[in-house]
Amino acid sequence: MENGTLPVGKSDIVVIQGLSKTYADLRALNDVNLSVKREEVVFIIGPSGSGKSTLLRCINRLEEPTAGSISIAGATITDRGINLNRVRQDIGMVFQSFNLYPHMTALGNVVLALRLVRKMRKAEARDKGLTVLREVGLADKIASYPAELSGGQQQRVAIARALAMEPKIMLFDEPTSALDPALVGEVLSVMRAMRDKGMTMIIVSHEMDFAREAADRVIFMDEGEIVEQGPPQQIFVNPSHPRTREFLSRMLNT
Amino acid sequence: MERVIYYYFNLEFMYEALPVLLKGLVITLELSAITIVGGVILGLLLAVSRALRIKVLNFFIIVFVDVFRAIPPLVILIFAYFGLPYAGIIISPFWCAALTLVLVLAAVAEEVFWAGIIAVERGQWEAARSTGLGFFTTLVYIVTPQAIRLVIPPLTNKVISITKNAALASVVAVPELLNQAITAQGVYANPSPLTLAALMFILIFFPLVRFSSYLEKKYHYDA
Repeated sequence: MENGTLPVGKSDIVVIQGLSKTYADLRALNDVNLSVKREEVVFIIGPSGSGKSTLLRCINRLEEPTAGSISIAGATITDRGINLNRVRQDIGMVFQSFNLYPHMTALGNVVLALRLVRKMRKAEARDKGLTVLREVGLADKIASYPAELSGGQQQRVAIARALAMEPKIMLFDEPTSALDPALVGEVLSVMRAMRDKGMTMIIVSHEMDFAREAADRVIFMDEGEIVEQGPPQQIFVNPSHPRTREFLSRMLNT
Repeated sequence: MERVIYYYFNLEFMYEALPVLLKGLVITLELSAITIVGGVILGLLLAVSRALRIKVLNFFIIVFVDVFRAIPPLVILIFAYFGLPYAGIIISPFWCAALTLVLVLAAVAEEVFWAGIIAVERGQWEAARSTGLGFFTTLVYIVTPQAIRLVIPPLTNKVISITKNAALASVVAVPELLNQAITAQGVYANPSPLTLAALMFILIFFPLVRFSSYLEKKYHYDA
């Protein structure tokens, strides 16, 4: 697609303009423009090293962009004086390796930020924690430590931890890549339920079948650039760019 | 054989020296307790401060740690006792010993805690920060508790080896266990009180040694 400035629509919740990220001698992102609408589910696919994760991590500034701007729900989060801790409360993130706090129970993991960031009272935080853990199907595991849970359960706790903050958007960085194939389904069904509730989601994933089923839009990235994007039918059935075709044939045949 | 029993396991002299040795034991225990509590807490505070990555502060922390790890504790103790009075600082022998051991243990403990803090995965920081937790809150609630767990086994070993130096206090005339035993040995012209003191040292430190092996096993699998 063309790398011009996108028209900013009213319903755009994420607007990324001219985003670049360079490491010492590596250009990880090169002038990326992207907007995401409220309640949209966007999948980012592409070979490893294509900049997908870097792009995602720039959106909550775990990664510091070299150039460009990102605004979320009207706030330009790449501004210098911005309160990052405030901004991040609106952006839930789910990691490939779950990153649960090993020294806390499932409920402890979920309520920590409610208590320390949202300043909720103990009972209120607990209620909220129980609600989100029920939503991800883990009402019976609240007292379990991460080491006592399966990978799928851990990832669902991690999703609950992010959901508890009632974020405006959710970022998923390869949420099922570290999972046993048998455990992928339970995580995907939680994500499906979030989608049905209208959560805006940006998902970096290699789950092509899930993308085909759940995506409103699929973005193919390669070498730090958005090569092609469109509805899943278009990208998966009739990709226009040779690099997309090559990538997909490799992914779908293995 | 009789001579060995007479000189080293003379129950009569041991019995007579027991009250003085028990007094010494109490002082040794006090000194050890102050060393462990003070040294570990100060070491942890230093390591956490170092994580703030304030350049000037870190410079002083690193200098302190390196200096106190490099100098033999006995040299520090002698300096505190004989050197500091020239600067008008006069500290009682007991507190000279306590201060020396606290600082030495703090330096060693700082290194251990710091290693633990760095060993906590980056993902832990990222997960916490992504929910809006600040740097300091993350350090205190997420990283430090995990670091402490990681370092408990190596730390207990260091704590034991530093705390054993409580016996050095005898050099500056603190009437602790070893000092009392030496005095008693002179009084009775018989080294049996020293044997008794050695047994008492075992009594103090053996549980600690066992405890440290227990912790090592306990924390070996999870984390």
